[in-house]
Amino acid sequence: MSDDNTIICRCEDITLREIREQIAQGKHTSEEIKRACRTGMGPCQGRTCGPLIASEIAKATGKSIADIPLAKVRPSTGPIKMAALLGGEKHD
Amino acid sequence: MINAADVVVIGGGVVGCSTAYNLAKLGAGKVALLEKSYLASGATGRCGAGMRMQWGSETNCLLSRESVKMLSNLAERLDVDVDIEFTQNGYLLLAYNKKMEDQFKKNLIVQKSLGIPARWVSPEESKEIAPILSTKGLIGATYCAEDGHCNPFKVTEAYAQAARKLNVEIYTETEVQGIVTKNGKIVAVRTSKGDIQTDTVVNAAGGYAKTVGRMAGIDLPIFPERHEILVTEPVEPLLGPMVMSFFHNLYCQQSPHGSFIMGIGHPNEPEGYDIRSSWQFLCDMAERVVEILPPLAGLNVVRQWAGLYDMCPDRTPILGNSPQLSRFFTAAGFSGHGFMISPITGQLMAEMVLGKPTAFPIHMFDAGRFERGELFVEPSVV
Repeated sequence: MSDDNTIICRCEDITLREIREQIAQGKHTSEEIKRACRTGMGPCQGRTCGPLIASEIAKATGKSIADIPLAKVRPSTGPIKMAALLGGEKHD
Repeated sequence: MINAADVVVIGGGVVGCSTAYNLAKLGAGKVALLEKSYLASGATGRCGAGMRMQWGSETNCLLSRESVKMLSNLAERLDVDVDIEFTQNGYLLLAYNKKMEDQFKKNLIVQKSLGIPARWVSPEESKEIAPILSTKGLIGATYCAEDGHCNPFKVTEAYAQAARKLNVEIYTETEVQGIVTKNGKIVAVRTSKGDIQTDTVVNAAGGYAKTVGRMAGIDLPIFPERHEILVTEPVEPLLGPMVMSFFHNLYCQQSPHGSFIMGIGHPNEPEGYDIRSSWQFLCDMAERVVEILPPLAGLNVVRQWAGLYDMCPDRTPILGNSPQLSRFFTAAGFSGHGFMISPITGQLMAEMVLGKPTAFPIHMFDAGRFERGELFVEPSVV
């Protein structure tokens, strides 16, 4: 990909240019980039942008992509409505 | 890595970064900051991102009032180009029984005497301030319109950038493994990347402050405690203030981004370094928050996580020199309210390290208070 305006994180509208800027500022892990510009914080939790960002970091640092960990996967697996969590076993 | 420094700060959270910056600014010489992971990877980056001035003790009111003042123009103060997302949409502290009402009204007297614009509001007024609030069982609340929100990652980044400009050496992915002492004095800090000779250490390691203390042979009464938190999808603005209930033991705020951030304190949480998320929290949180803010039932939760409070027995931080080891300073034990007082804390720590008079009286935060039995209890903590 060469177009800097390409959207990498679709949930949070983060472009390739923004990610490259973060890497240029010395943020060389997925976790740091996430906290600096919200990549992977949206409803899909980084399923699309995670590997793309890792590959950008690998390219910039000359490391193998296998050596760039993805950001930690946090629960829940998918978005879940608060209402779906109410009641539960207490009201069975 | 440099092999000698005038001061070594341990911990790359907001308190460590603020302290390192202030040390350099006040002329401490060469300052090194060590962080075992990345900046704001611990409690700072996991916190609820609120800042409030509504405290019960005069000292906490003073420190938070000063910090809010500093945060209101932090980027200019530090001369950096970082948007810290400072917003003042207030804090609404809910009272559900007479005991809370009495405590809040006592707190208001302290707050008013210090010029903090907090006031008692009726359930009806609470509803005007926060239209999605359920007033069921509510007897009133206190409201301070100048409390608010800040992005902890950005505040840390702002301090780190400002510190680097003043030639502070910041080493991330660098773990402290030991503190070498000789004849009751610090000689070096041992790290995963080599030794740094120094005679002065600031322990700003948050939940790990006790571990760092032990490296120097000091037993700090600070212990780690997991606190869980979650965030929803972003939606249009629905809620201005941070809503806090000591009765439900919860806080909930809509961030400028549009997502709701909320957490609860669990009374039986054991001491420990566990920061895994639990489904019990998810269910508990949903149930309690929907009781207070019913429309949130329709929102999607997108992520949950946890972090460590660095707890002190009296829920008040230790800020000061160790009685056992000269020039071993601690800035930890914030018990869940470190981020919001970090701007002034960094300044006070730097003043103390350099032997200057501190801008505010902070003798009550002395590490020796536990042995003397002079606890300093803050009544208003979730």
